[in-house]
Amino acid sequence: MALPGFLRRERIVARPGFNRWLIPPAALAVHLCIGQAYATSVYKAALVEDFGTSQTAIGIVFSIAIVMLGLSAALFGTWVDRNGPRAAMFTSACFWVSGFLVGGLGIETGQLWLLYLGYGVLGGIGLGIGYISPVSTLIKWFPDRPGLATGMAIMGFGGGALIASPLSRQLMSYYDPAYDGTAGTVPNGDAVAALFFTLGAVYLVFMMFGAFIVRVPAEGWRPDGFDPSTVKQKALVTTESVSAKNAVKTPQFWLLWTVLFCNVTAGIGILEQASPMIQDFFRTGDSSTVAATAAAGFVGVLSLFNMAGRFAWSTTSDFIGRKPIYMVYLGGGLVLYVLLATVGSSATWLFVLLAAVIISFYGGGFATIPAYLRDLFGTYQVGAIHGRLLTAWSAAGVAGPLIVNSVLDTQGEPGSLVAANYRPALFIMVGLLAVGFVANLLVRPVASKWHEPHSDAATTPTPARSAAR
Amino acid sequence: MSTSVSKDPTPNGQQPVHTPAALIAFAWTLVGVPLAYGLYQTIKTASTLFTG
Repeated sequence: MALPGFLRRERIVARPGFNRWLIPPAALAVHLCIGQAYATSVYKAALVEDFGTSQTAIGIVFSIAIVMLGLSAALFGTWVDRNGPRAAMFTSACFWVSGFLVGGLGIETGQLWLLYLGYGVLGGIGLGIGYISPVSTLIKWFPDRPGLATGMAIMGFGGGALIASPLSRQLMSYYDPAYDGTAGTVPNGDAVAALFFTLGAVYLVFMMFGAFIVRVPAEGWRPDGFDPSTVKQKALVTTESVSAKNAVKTPQFWLLWTVLFCNVTAGIGILEQASPMIQDFFRTGDSSTVAATAAAGFVGVLSLFNMAGRFAWSTTSDFIGRKPIYMVYLGGGLVLYVLLATVGSSATWLFVLLAAVIISFYGGGFATIPAYLRDLFGTYQVGAIHGRLLTAWSAAGVAGPLIVNSVLDTQGEPGSLVAANYRPALFIMVGLLAVGFVANLLVRPVASKWHEPHSDAATTPTPARSAAR
Repeated sequence: MSTSVSKDPTPNGQQPVHTPAALIAFAWTLVGVPLAYGLYQTIKTASTLFTG
């Protein structure tokens, strides 16, 4: 199907003199919106009560969305690379906003299947396309600092939850004055539906803003003072191109898939259980020394480190290299997990510190992977390759909670668990991180047989590109 | 954040553009303000870990 003219890639090629610092806010405008996916717990209890159903039945909405994220990123990645970021952001906004509208209608009419279809399926497709939409564009605008560039965008995904959680509470208390946002009070279904409609409208404006300011660099453009020949000198960094179709046939792709899967599964292990976990670690008898409000504060600390890690670690990877930084995420994470399991219950501050650094590695792993892909496969179809790799996130989104919940189920009833009951699950995560560490160690440059053939048009830089820094 | 701008057309005939600083500032403000709100609210919640 032909795209309308205003969405086409050729319409958004930046003219000489364009300032590339307009691109990160375009990317953030999308990622800050779709990051709402991590704030669904705010209205989960309200939906359980409104639909008169189980936690699992409502939790499935989020699971569908994450599975659809991975599938749509994998399926539409090549389309995104071919048609450019404006078409991708526009399409993502349409799906994401439709998800809220259809989901809100489902809540308003009491039809759970509409919530699954809306937020889960349509919203999930919007998530997948939106997540990968600015990544390859940022890498092309910032060939000198790809980690910084993708870190900024993917930090926005973490930031989206920080915004959506308090904003949702405030909006729901506005729509339902009986709800004040404190523990024990739950907004009614109408308030959640109104929240969905409001968020849909706000996100539409923000995402469209991003779509209309985004630009792609002209062929052969490079920033002032950037010498592509210096890139060649770094280990594991290629100036060749590998197509998405060929990338999935290389061992490097599957090694990075394993790395991402292990890193995300291990992080979800803590994120999924953060609030009950800190209370259980400091439980004596029936009571815990960590109150419910302090546990909520712990979740806030983790959110901050999750977001900060995305930017800080990904930026650091520009200086120390992608492979070494994943050795830190996976090897360092492994050591921290062992410490958490063995001495984590000795002091609250130690527990919080260990968990916070682990979660910063989790965020860093997400944010650094596009730059790692760029290093190994080139910029040619990096968006599509990234999309295919995100199936690891979907798989981890299922595996992480499954591992933790099934292990904890064998240990006792919720509310009676102590630190020792978490050790089997934590040591499984240690094992996973060890697997990821080895997978990262095995990463080598991609064999030349997978490189795209050179053509004069592709290799001859366009002269006299102006540059913006 | 400086921008290299030439008044002469490039060899392929395109006139250089100058991205207005106000547009860049507006774009960063539009994403920065909600992010700052989210950060403030989260830090407020996180502080209960140490005070509550």
